[in-house]
Amino acid sequence: MTATAAPDAATGPVAAPPRPHGTPVHRRDRRTLRSHLLGGWATLVYLWLFAPLLVIVAFSFNEPAGKFNTAWRRFTFDNWLHPFRKADYTAALVTSLKVAALACVVATIFGGLMALALSRYEFRGKALVSIIVVLPLTTPEIVMGSSLFTLFFGQNLDFGFTTVVIAHILFCVSFVALTVQARVRGFDWTLEDAALDLGSSPWRTFRTVTFPLILPGIGAAALLSFALSIDDYIISSFVAGDGTTTFPMRIFNANRTEIPPQVHVIASAILLAAVGLMALGAWRTLKRLRA
Amino acid sequence: MADKANTSLRKGRFAPYGLLSPGVLWLVLFFLVPMWTLLRIAVSTKPNAYLPEYDLTWRWANFSDAVDRFQPELVRSFGYAATATVLCILIGYPLAYFLAFRAGRWRTLLLGLIMVPFFTSFLIRTIAWQTILSSDGPALWVVDTFHLSGVFDALGLTTNGAFLNTPQAVIGGLTYNFVPFMILPIYVSLEKIDVRLVDAARDLYSAPSAAFRKVVLPLSLPGVFAGTLLTFIPAAGDYINAELLGNVRTGMIGSQVAKLFLRESNYPEAAALSFIFMAIITAGVLVYARLLGTEELSA
Repeated sequence: MTATAAPDAATGPVAAPPRPHGTPVHRRDRRTLRSHLLGGWATLVYLWLFAPLLVIVAFSFNEPAGKFNTAWRRFTFDNWLHPFRKADYTAALVTSLKVAALACVVATIFGGLMALALSRYEFRGKALVSIIVVLPLTTPEIVMGSSLFTLFFGQNLDFGFTTVVIAHILFCVSFVALTVQARVRGFDWTLEDAALDLGSSPWRTFRTVTFPLILPGIGAAALLSFALSIDDYIISSFVAGDGTTTFPMRIFNANRTEIPPQVHVIASAILLAAVGLMALGAWRTLKRLRA
Repeated sequence: MADKANTSLRKGRFAPYGLLSPGVLWLVLFFLVPMWTLLRIAVSTKPNAYLPEYDLTWRWANFSDAVDRFQPELVRSFGYAATATVLCILIGYPLAYFLAFRAGRWRTLLLGLIMVPFFTSFLIRTIAWQTILSSDGPALWVVDTFHLSGVFDALGLTTNGAFLNTPQAVIGGLTYNFVPFMILPIYVSLEKIDVRLVDAARDLYSAPSAAFRKVVLPLSLPGVFAGTLLTFIPAAGDYINAELLGNVRTGMIGSQVAKLFLRESNYPEAAALSFIFMAIITAGVLVYARLLGTEELSA
């Protein structure tokens, strides 16, 4: 279900298809009290969902009294002018970005290929493979993290950047496989046969027919993996060892001693950039639909 | 899955295995094999209390020892996660219903907005809740300004006039952080419902509430079940909310596992606890899968 749910919404504004039965059910009914209650409830839930985000953005402009940027004192632009003042947080952010980029690329390729195999072919062992793909999603992070810990410890591997990337690829790859699979479900693969029949080479068929078809799913999956990877704390904390610190680890480990405003600035910047990208995507889709 | 209806599905002899091999290899090497090493360490014993070593002695009693020693944490983890899951359904179902049937042309936008909190880190969102709920935060300010602390205490929302560092705050944090995983699957299953079915019920003089109860609700149950899994499993294993929003008596199983592994280096006990936790979750998932059919699980 993750596969359909999360990615659909991740690209919601970009790729939501027009619904054939999209007209409201009870248009002919009077706007009932129930309908208003529902709208009111939705408004409250959205306020609740966004309250912490408002706090994060607001506190990025706060001048904290001590080491904890958790009580409002006074407005300042200072934090935004010096977002990288805390060198250890910046270094952790860079580590997180590197891990996320690597994990995202590898997991998208591996997961995408698995999705192609599962959605295009009938083969022996398909049910087993499907179960193996779903299992990591039903495993709590704490179990995945501790089991990887036992593997790396038992093999005497050095805990560090490599082990973190290995772990991140692992928890992303299933998400990618299911996301892409959900996206390409119901595709007409005979288009490929048509291209081949018309003399196109297999590679050219993949490039001009298959790839454009699966591209939206791949994009959604890559975005999802990047987000999952950059946000992970629990699994990373098990496999990172002493030398490697990701951004969430840095924040959590220092939580009892400090919460610098740079954390709020970086979080706000990522949030605003992501919302901006989403808006851009929505705007481009709208333009394409009109054209 | 829709694969059954897809007549263009190919029979592959080598191609599918080639496509699958890197991903499946990764999953076997770094998911299945570690589960095996976790089990082996879970039934090992620690010869020396001060060294991070273990001997494989197949001591199955480690599991019952772990359950005995960490019973409060286990009960709390499942209790908090179950409460948060129920809250997620109560909060998320009406919203998903609104999105599927009443949002009209705003639907795509509103659906996208549900994902926006994911663009900030889980940790930072939880820290923001720390700020909101703290003793000098906005939530308590509102309560105090309107002299409602007695009411909030009576309702069980606060403990002795405090939001933060209470079980309620932990459950609230879990609910907040995982509710999108409830809303989206319910939305997906509601969105699939052919509204003509509802119209038919109404044409046949069903009251709106009966039409909901007999048509919409049963058809949306797969979404509720999927959302339950997606909320309950990560919530039960989470310990960030418990650490940041709770107190010393709200510790969940995750923090014990992390502490035993990373600080006390007591690998057999940690592995046993981790494994028994997963076993309980897996049993629960299997019961759900039986209720739903595995198709729905992966669909």
